[in-house]
Amino acid sequence: MVRRPSPRARAAQWVLLAGVVAVAWFLGSIAATNSVRRHGSFGFDFLADPTNFEIPFRLIPWAVGDTYARALLVCVLNTLLASAISIVAATLLGLLVGIMRLSTNWLVRNIALAFIELVRNTPQLVQIIFWYIAVLQTLPGPRQSITLPAGVLLNIRGLYLPSFVANDFGALLWPLALVLVLAIPFMWRVPWRGFPLGVKSLLLLPLAILLFVAGINHTELPALHGFNITGGVQVVPELVALCLGLSIYGAAFIAEIVRAAILSVHKGQREAALSLGLRPLQVLSKITLPQALRVMVPPITSQYLNIIKSSSLGAAVAYPELYEIFAGTAMMQSNREIESIVLLMGVFLSISLIVSAFMNWYNRRVALVGR
Amino acid sequence: MSDLVAGRHEPTQGGVFPQRAIDWARRNLFSSVFNSLLTITVLVLAGLILPPLFRWAVSHATISGTSRAACTGDGACWTFIRVRLPLFFYGNYPSDQHWRIDLAFALLVAFCIPVLRDGVRHRWLWVLLLLVVFPVLAAGLLWGGVFGLTYVDTSLWGGLMLDVIASFITVAGSLPLGILLAFGRRSQLPVVRSLSIGYIELWRGVPLLTVLFMSAVVVPLFLPNGVTIDRLLRALAALVLFNAAYMAEVVRGGLQGVQPGQEEAAHSLGLRWWQVQAFIVLPQALRIIVPGIINTVVDLFKDTTLLTIIGLFDLLGMVEQALKDPAWLGFATEGYVFSAMVFFVCCYAMSAYGRNMERRLAKGQ
Repeated sequence: MVRRPSPRARAAQWVLLAGVVAVAWFLGSIAATNSVRRHGSFGFDFLADPTNFEIPFRLIPWAVGDTYARALLVCVLNTLLASAISIVAATLLGLLVGIMRLSTNWLVRNIALAFIELVRNTPQLVQIIFWYIAVLQTLPGPRQSITLPAGVLLNIRGLYLPSFVANDFGALLWPLALVLVLAIPFMWRVPWRGFPLGVKSLLLLPLAILLFVAGINHTELPALHGFNITGGVQVVPELVALCLGLSIYGAAFIAEIVRAAILSVHKGQREAALSLGLRPLQVLSKITLPQALRVMVPPITSQYLNIIKSSSLGAAVAYPELYEIFAGTAMMQSNREIESIVLLMGVFLSISLIVSAFMNWYNRRVALVGR
Repeated sequence: MSDLVAGRHEPTQGGVFPQRAIDWARRNLFSSVFNSLLTITVLVLAGLILPPLFRWAVSHATISGTSRAACTGDGACWTFIRVRLPLFFYGNYPSDQHWRIDLAFALLVAFCIPVLRDGVRHRWLWVLLLLVVFPVLAAGLLWGGVFGLTYVDTSLWGGLMLDVIASFITVAGSLPLGILLAFGRRSQLPVVRSLSIGYIELWRGVPLLTVLFMSAVVVPLFLPNGVTIDRLLRALAALVLFNAAYMAEVVRGGLQGVQPGQEEAAHSLGLRWWQVQAFIVLPQALRIIVPGIINTVVDLFKDTTLLTIIGLFDLLGMVEQALKDPAWLGFATEGYVFSAMVFFVCCYAMSAYGRNMERRLAKGQ
């Protein structure tokens, strides 16, 4: 900072670089010879080869014999699905627990504290396996399914949700509804009569729901037929266990972030706003939360990234995500250890970089609000 | 005095026991209609959940006996845990050699006390002893083959002992590496800076599991023919390299917390760059980041359970192995609750110490 580095130091850094390159080249050449000895080549051409394994849970059609490239896509989608569900659930639960932590009610405050301490101080892997083996695998069979509100069934084979069947317009209306929901954060800051739209942009939400409902032909409730449940959407217990583990663990960390962020807003800000005649709800939405959000975004980003990376723990309960398949079945069958690890790390690294780029962009937008 | 500090509490007017309790409840549980409803809901829920839990874990549970037959009640079967306790703590280490693990653990505690206590003179010496001398002693003790101790292969190491060893080695290895990387990231030399940033971001962008997988499956392919490295050592190396990236970020936070004036003053006194960093900047930075380091240690202690997935038998691995024993099938809940509780006790103690430290540091400034 103070002094410029000496010429000797400047020269030394190139020696360091040469050393790193030499070591990398040495290891790479050994790996290449080993690899060539085993397969005759090193490369990703095996991605076009047909596979010979089943993927028990997928979002897009899959058949044994499809290519490795398609298996990769199936697994990426499975990883993203588990991460997305867990991120949303962890955020909501974390917000709730974080606010509970600040409650004036002694009981509520300390229950939130106990939850946070218990969850943060036990390994995530133990939690995921606990949910899977000790809770979900001890549920009754399909004939004694536990009935939850809104027609949801729960048994040893997983969680059965009601599904909506689209009518003729559904194919058009549903994507439109999704676009409207996704547009809300962007509409938030669109100027309208000299002010940003703000809360008014939430009007898009009922509109989106209306479009969604208009596209429904009928709802299909899961029901017992013979020995099994038919109708509705089946969520496999592996996914339920993984999401429970990821979201509860993430929520405990997010709760502490939320609490610290709300506490970090200076008391004077609130008092000044109140003295200017703002109502308590306005103070919360216009003064406290925007400033707390600014503090919250960077640490919550790293929690989101942690959730995405931890989704690889799904391998412990045999949820077919990236690690489970590409460090397991796919690697065993293709015998491509190095290529598999490169793919695995590459995909996780890209997802991490994309998410942190997005959150940095969002952070810059939020940061400007307070200035 | 305490009433002055905690401003939101109205001073309690002396009072006898029931009156004070009622006052407290009125302030903390029933201060408004909403709060009263919350309190009642929570109490009803607790009344529904806690009694069955207590019945399962304590009043209807079994802990005596030596076989499955002892567990006849509808409560938890802690007998399963009690009978296998040595396996959970020591792994498959030969049982007549368990004293070596006990001794190593006692040494660890003995070396840790002067490092963690207040007002110790020459703390740096003790830290150095803990990070350099203790590992050598412990390795000799646990591995054997020296001083007439029988050799114990690392494939027999396991249980909680493996979690503790893995965490210790990881801290001892990743802290120095993390310090180097943190300096590298702040360096003015472009090559050093880019290499450090690349290293840190690469490891922080991938899951630990893929790194452990690499150590277990891929690293052997990078070794010249005929060279093999012990499976456990490979996993430990992976843990060290992985956690060094996280340590680096913690240390960097500390380095940024040191006022630039300190460095400028040291430079103006004629100290060289490395003297400034080693004697002025680093000691102050490390003081700030002790709580951060403890958080990282708690995280990596929990993460050692991932060793189970690559086939090493840490505490979780030993529990899973025990659950597969045909003589003891069906006690999964007990097994996982036990391992969760062991980790909870260790991690809670560490994080409580870290918080305490943080408070004292905040007070000192």
